[in-house]
Amino acid sequence: MKDMLEIRWHARAGQGAKTASYLLAETAMEAGKYIQAFPEYGPERTGAPMKAYTRISDKPIRIHSQIYNPDVVVVLDKSLIGKVNILEGLPSEGIIIVNTTQTPKEVRAQLDISDRKIYTVDATGIALETIGRPIPNTPMLGALIKVVPIISLEDVLTQLKKKFEGRFKPEVIEGNLNAIKRAYEEVKEE
Amino acid sequence: MKTVKRIAIEGNEAAALAFKQVNPDVVAAYPITPSTEVVQKFSEYVANGEVDTEFVPVESEHSAMSACIGAAAAGARVMTSTASQGLALMWEMLYIASALRLPIVMTVSNRALSAPINIHGDHSDAMGARDSGWIQIFSENVQEIYDNIFQAVKIAENPEVRLPVMVGYDGFITSHSEEIIEILDDEVVQSFIGKYKPAYSLLDVDNPISVGPLALTDSYFEFKVAQAYALENSLPIIKKVGKEYGDLTGRYYDVIEKYKMDGAEYVVVAMSSTVGTAREVVDALREKGLPVGLLKIRVFRPFPTEDIINALKDVKVVGILDRSMVPGSFGGPLYHEITSALYHFEKRPIAQPYVYGLGGRDITTQHIEKVFEELMEIAKKGKPNPLTYIGVRE
Amino acid sequence: MKLPGWKELVKTAPILPAGTSKEYKTGDWRTFRPEIDYNKCTTCMFCWLFCPDSAVKFDGTKVYIDYEYCKGCGLCAAECPVKAITMKEEEK
Repeated sequence: MKDMLEIRWHARAGQGAKTASYLLAETAMEAGKYIQAFPEYGPERTGAPMKAYTRISDKPIRIHSQIYNPDVVVVLDKSLIGKVNILEGLPSEGIIIVNTTQTPKEVRAQLDISDRKIYTVDATGIALETIGRPIPNTPMLGALIKVVPIISLEDVLTQLKKKFEGRFKPEVIEGNLNAIKRAYEEVKEE
Repeated sequence: MKTVKRIAIEGNEAAALAFKQVNPDVVAAYPITPSTEVVQKFSEYVANGEVDTEFVPVESEHSAMSACIGAAAAGARVMTSTASQGLALMWEMLYIASALRLPIVMTVSNRALSAPINIHGDHSDAMGARDSGWIQIFSENVQEIYDNIFQAVKIAENPEVRLPVMVGYDGFITSHSEEIIEILDDEVVQSFIGKYKPAYSLLDVDNPISVGPLALTDSYFEFKVAQAYALENSLPIIKKVGKEYGDLTGRYYDVIEKYKMDGAEYVVVAMSSTVGTAREVVDALREKGLPVGLLKIRVFRPFPTEDIINALKDVKVVGILDRSMVPGSFGGPLYHEITSALYHFEKRPIAQPYVYGLGGRDITTQHIEKVFEELMEIAKKGKPNPLTYIGVRE
Repeated sequence: MKLPGWKELVKTAPILPAGTSKEYKTGDWRTFRPEIDYNKCTTCMFCWLFCPDSAVKFDGTKVYIDYEYCKGCGLCAAECPVKAITMKEEEK
């Protein structure tokens, strides 16, 4: 058992992967964990494939390299599969969570793999219904903490309120809270 | 009973927060990646009226440093921030700031120099300014950025020092990484740095002065030696401030840090964020029973020669990791300084030069493990390899 | 694309052949695709003028979208005076 949880987020710039990776880290900090979160920067703009990373540990985090063997890969945009290697460095017991209307079985067939654990959730659909915009980041966080219960749902909701308060309208915050709750309930396993 | 306040924050924002808590008289700055958020966040504090600072948005980094020099000569507490090409553009003004003995504090999100254009972290910018007479401190993580800024103010303004200080940290790797830091209350910061009393001020009309006069063959040399003397003598003051800061916060700072150096035969020397990654490797190899250690250089200027000699003299092989180049030479700046310092000692380690991580190329635990393997082979062979690049494609 | 080793770059410096951005197909950044309704299009060329990526092409008689490079920004649809361009969500 590694004493550090390492998560890689795959998304397109503008989908909020950085915010989600930070929100997760900040919630974990409130729960007494040590954290590190950072996006991978390039020259790209909105729509370009990007990655973000989160490390969570019970011990102080000193390492400053990127994450090469994540425990969990979160894919915010299904269309990235086949375009970027989301499986890179993911061990056979690793976890993949994909934003899609498809079932885990269908994603497995597309990825053509027999190992690793696959989960899916329609985060874009949930976001459109709750927030009114196709921003899948907060529902994906909801799905993640259900699959990997490193922090509680309550803690995430509290932290989101704290982080978003003053920056967004109350209805946007409410929408995000509902998005997290719904994705937490609706994430599908195989 | 004081409570410890912990927050999650990115490196640049931690720097801006420290600026805010210092509440300097003047900040003149021009934003540049990857230091932009320092100025951006600080200008928010200014706009919100959370600081008393006169914020001077200028049209270039050359102007930024010029404005800082003017304000500091007028007796103000002055801070700024830059990186890479911005620091390069400041170059001539850097020398003036230090030679006029002005205690300006500047953060540098260390970044590669063009060409090719690259926005990522390496130490080329700071090393280009290593002879400018500034004190140079490098930060391993976000906590150290925050802590080093307060210490920098206190060091710079010490009446014995009166020199500008550059606080460096790795662009993107630390500047854009969110980590947990412990923060101080504003009053604690203010009582630590104290009220700034400039030794000389252009605004002190009762004691008029001339700043930056002509000094030709008859006296330039004396001014420069006096300046160099002040820089060398800042070393014990940097140590003293690091100890005082430790007494206040529990986080003690020295000019170097010896990590698992007791009985270490194979040692890696590094600066900034790479030190954290190297700690993991040293722990893992020590667990296997290998006599390895790590020497962190926190202060590069003034160069802590004695401290480094004492730390390394009994070591068998030392691998010196430079995140910048000296093209046309046989090693990086850190290698040159350390090997020169050791030259006069009969008993000294074999020193192996490495250059790594240019333009933000990642350095991993595997890279550093390989370095230790090479150091052990070099011990058997009895002589170093030529300059070795880590992680470059042939 | 295979990235070069340093030995291959000794003679070149950071200088590349012209037009390498063509190899960087930015079309897959798109989440919404512009579609032209030729029943409405008057070939006024506004979309061709406004496209920041030169991804609207003209074949001599009609304009069309080069989907290999179109990032889906929607400027063409916003500028079209006869509303002949609609932005449709990309099939996932």
